[in-house]
Amino acid sequence: MKVESLFLLFLGAFFGIVGLVYWFWGYDDGGGVMLLGATLLGFLPGSYYFFWHQRFHGRKYFFWGTVHAPGDRPSDREDAELADGAGTVDSFPGSSIWPFVLGMGAFTVVLSLVFGVWLAFIGVPLILTALTGVTAESRRGGTV
Amino acid sequence: MTDVIAPPGVQEHQELEFPPSTPGGHEPSHGGHEDHGPTGILKWLTSTDHKVIGLSYMITAVVIFYLSGIMALLMRLQLSSPHSSFLSFSQYNALFTMHGSLMLYLFAGPFAFGGLANYIVPLQIGAPDMAFPRLNALSYWLYLTGSITMMMTFFVAGGAAQFGWVAYAPLSSATSSPGAGPDLWIMALALTGFSAIFTGVNLCGTIFYLRAPGMTMFRMPIFTWNMLVTGILILIAFPVLTAALIMLFADRHFGTHIYTAVGCHLVSGAPMASCGSPLLWQNLFWFFGHPEVYILALPFFGIVTEILPVFSRKPVFGYKGMVFATMAIAALSTGVWAHHMFTTGAVLLPFFSFLSLLIAVPTGIKFFNWIGTMWHGQLTFTTPMLFSIGFLFAFLMGGVTGIMLASPPIDFATHDTYFVVAHFHQVLFGTAVFAGFAGLYYWYPKMFGRMLRESLGKWHFWLMFIGFWVTFMPQYVVGLLGMPRRVASYPSNLGWQSYNIVSTVGAFIIGISFAFLLVNFVVSWRKPIPAGNNPWDAQTLEWFTTSPPPHHNYTHLPPIRSERPTWDYNHPDHLTAPHGRNAHTNGNGHGNGKTNGNGKGNGKVTAGV
Repeated sequence: MKVESLFLLFLGAFFGIVGLVYWFWGYDDGGGVMLLGATLLGFLPGSYYFFWHQRFHGRKYFFWGTVHAPGDRPSDREDAELADGAGTVDSFPGSSIWPFVLGMGAFTVVLSLVFGVWLAFIGVPLILTALTGVTAESRRGGTV
Repeated sequence: MTDVIAPPGVQEHQELEFPPSTPGGHEPSHGGHEDHGPTGILKWLTSTDHKVIGLSYMITAVVIFYLSGIMALLMRLQLSSPHSSFLSFSQYNALFTMHGSLMLYLFAGPFAFGGLANYIVPLQIGAPDMAFPRLNALSYWLYLTGSITMMMTFFVAGGAAQFGWVAYAPLSSATSSPGAGPDLWIMALALTGFSAIFTGVNLCGTIFYLRAPGMTMFRMPIFTWNMLVTGILILIAFPVLTAALIMLFADRHFGTHIYTAVGCHLVSGAPMASCGSPLLWQNLFWFFGHPEVYILALPFFGIVTEILPVFSRKPVFGYKGMVFATMAIAALSTGVWAHHMFTTGAVLLPFFSFLSLLIAVPTGIKFFNWIGTMWHGQLTFTTPMLFSIGFLFAFLMGGVTGIMLASPPIDFATHDTYFVVAHFHQVLFGTAVFAGFAGLYYWYPKMFGRMLRESLGKWHFWLMFIGFWVTFMPQYVVGLLGMPRRVASYPSNLGWQSYNIVSTVGAFIIGISFAFLLVNFVVSWRKPIPAGNNPWDAQTLEWFTTSPPPHHNYTHLPPIRSERPTWDYNHPDHLTAPHGRNAHTNGNGHGNGKTNGNGKGNGKVTAGV
């Protein structure tokens, strides 16, 4: 997590510095806001990963308090053995029709903005059905 | 949903088979013969396997590439004479708009980060799939429907959009570009924009959370690093485009005046300072548009960085330098957007010129490292290697003219001329086409378990390489002579025609070269030459598994102790220390050139007719 967090924090810091220079040099609202957004995009996930990096090393918060320190993940350790990552990686769907249905729903809704609202009467139910289906599929824990 | 168990370590020189057998004592959930759902057409509709989705992306993108290439040939025919009536002006405008839109939005990016990255990144880091498989499938369906929406523009009243792939305001307003075509263009980009954003999230999540034990960030292949950085750039750039498109649509249909200053003034009576501005579109678009150029370049840098070491039989030279150069390019690319707006007179010339010139430094580091990788290597000029070297020449030329254009005085003189067209095509043809098809030739054996023919591949390369230079070098000259871009006719007394004829001939040579690729596909399909697991004696993890890989990718993994785990496993006498230093040899990593794959290959590069 350390490299991931520093990578994102570096990007956030860079955009922040560039954004400050740009703002005080050019006073461009649009560019300033976009660079602020890019800065936040670096800092928000970067801080999250840094928090977890600290947590793995026994910090409760960013710099203070202590908790159990499980150490780095096997994927972060150069000396990790494959056995260190044994067990379930995660749960993955084998196949699912719902992304296709959701995609078709989005397609139809988008076309409704060009060709007429009547298409939305097809698209919106498709989207709702797909969202319901994909949620139920996850809760049930099986493929459809 | 299936719980996937991490694959165990491989036994010493264990034979891997395809289809892989189920290892004793384990549930067969990390590859093997379990039921993976529907087959046939239903498989392609419902699969959440990153390999199926990656292939779907690539097939769609290549079809779009061919369609868009045909449009380019039609435009070149039109320009081969000064006042040609082969195409009407509006047809020509529609063609250059659609050629740019298809190539940039629907081929180059999706082929790389939708197709190759989808297929290769989980394999390279030892993951069973992408982190969010159903989101991944949704990304593809949004991309496909976006592509269909884009193509539909040819078949509606008023025809396709004619405002160029950049859709500058006020040309893209409802007054200047009425009809359903421009609206469909906007919606197509909105769909593909969301598709790209979802893929960016998926790539970052996969790389951060699903790496195999020992696969630290600084052991990831450079291709995976570049895809991670591309994912971040997508998350920075694409939301801005999507927001800008929504505002453009609102301007066209809902009476807003975000990009129209005059209308805003008349309707609301507000002072001009609080009104919309056509230049705002350029500001927003290029904040997306310039990172987009690197979204289209970085994946292809990654492909070349995978191929050069394999066919030089060396580790990557300067691994960490490559990683930091990629980060630097990505960071700088977000601060240079307004160098596309130098001639508007409304931007900070020194700021954007300085940052634009600065990008040459990390790009130069990459070139230095690519040359260092080949230096004193045992080079073999296979088709992927030839395409990669072709990329180096093409991108270098495009990059050098890019540095020239980063200088405002030169940009003032050449803006909107064929000089910029030539620069732009040398950059993007160099990356998306040379490096993209290098990647296709390189990973095709892994994806299909069969080789493409080397002889046909070399015909493809040499024709394309010659056609590339013949097409685009005259465009630099005719641009400097003053020929503007996006014109369907030009004066006959300015000496431009001969350059245009040469350029047209070159374009058709490129077109012919791509017929060889189609023939190659057909031949490899009808008379397959089995590839084995590792036909190139490659180094990275994806070459350890079978070709094509089983469901969830790995039944076993080798120990991961460097950025070249497959090489380390196959060449125990030439172990690689982290970051490209050779632990036990003289430092240049020469292997014995014979050991192959995981005991299933045939011992040498097998392609050839």
